Amino acid sequence: MKYLDEFRDPQLARKLLANIRERSTQPVRFMEFCGGHTHAIFRHGLRQMLPPTVELRSGPGCPVCVTANSSLDRTIALAKLPGVILTTFGDMLKVPGSHGSLQTAKAEGADVRIVYSTLDALQIARDHPERAVVFLGVGFETTAPTVAASILQAEAEGLDNFYVLSLHKLTPPATHAILDAGEVRLSGIIGPGHVTVVIGSRAWEFLPRDYSVPCAVAGFEPLDILRAVAALVEMAEAGRPAVVNTYSRGVRPEGNRVALGIMQRVFEVGEADWRGLGRVPASGLALCPEYARFDAARAFPVDPGPTREHKGCRCGDVLRGIAEPPDCPLFRSVCTPAHPIGPCMVSAEGACAAWYRYGGDGV
Amino acid sequence: MCLAIPTLITSIKGTTARAEIGGVERTISLALTPEARVGDYVLIHTGYAIGVLDEEEAQETLRLLEELAEFYDEVP
Repeated sequence: MKYLDEFRDPQLARKLLANIRERSTQPVRFMEFCGGHTHAIFRHGLRQMLPPTVELRSGPGCPVCVTANSSLDRTIALAKLPGVILTTFGDMLKVPGSHGSLQTAKAEGADVRIVYSTLDALQIARDHPERAVVFLGVGFETTAPTVAASILQAEAEGLDNFYVLSLHKLTPPATHAILDAGEVRLSGIIGPGHVTVVIGSRAWEFLPRDYSVPCAVAGFEPLDILRAVAALVEMAEAGRPAVVNTYSRGVRPEGNRVALGIMQRVFEVGEADWRGLGRVPASGLALCPEYARFDAARAFPVDPGPTREHKGCRCGDVLRGIAEPPDCPLFRSVCTPAHPIGPCMVSAEGACAAWYRYGGDGV
Repeated sequence: MCLAIPTLITSIKGTTARAEIGGVERTISLALTPEARVGDYVLIHTGYAIGVLDEEEAQETLRLLEELAEFYDEVP
């Protein structure tokens, strides 16, 4: 068992699709929360293979995409401070803020370095004790525990030049926000698999309970996604919403307690600004008072000036699920992966990037 | 961003482990999965194992998939 090829069997996928086609009688729209699912769905051409009754809609599950311009501006201003090394995942480099990106800041002389892991950022801090090494903490519950672990590591080593700018966000509150807004009718949610490895499938029980919306937590291989769609179709047809965990090889009902514990020790929950959703209560993670000395926002206050939104860009609507990329006037004409206007075209997980790369019109 | 790859742990030293990712040996952190053992497959996300994969559950999922599919043998 290698946990990959077993879940890519095309023959089994065709049979699952036949099952879905036979069972689906009423029109349904399911939202895949996670940008990783969006890309897997497009890469494997799953949208085209589903029956016309089953529509998939991308959601806000791309951490790079939901980072607000105000946060990007603050990050870029911080990166330009003398003595600072800003370390970041590669996805964030080209995301345009109000007046430029981390990439343009780097071209102008800011020390911005791409890392694969906070472990690399810690090493840079060890190698440069005279510099302030800031890690840009972007990501959902999958990533936040790894950043929390790096802060505990820095504390244990007495690394006093390591900081985190926490822009971390939580996925259930964003799902609440989309359902509460009621702008898009949803018959089910494909739950984010790797977020749920950490938070546990029980964290989604509010969906059937409070919204009568079924949820199928899914892995990222084609059979995982089809199995989740089959489970959602079955629950929608029967009118019996529940949480079904179709990724049980990685997801437990209670999640990863060690990761949750570390995350809760280092971070506290507060409001956060989301592109598209605006300010969402209890949807972000800031450093706890006990770990405030690692907080880059506190150590390096910056004033990046007023925020400017990109004219015509509909990223916000795409993230809320009320528009699809081709509905945006900039898509493919002005906004392309080579010259992205909005973050949904920049990130490897962005819906616009997926449509551009795999979608084609009329999908 | 939430990409995580199933990876086999080949050795463990303290809270770090060696694991093979796409033919390349890497050092990863087990800070979030202290229960991981050599021979386990873990999900690696940005250098950290975030969960240990459960082979029995994987087999059970495959069995369920076969069951869902079994009436559709005639499909080309």
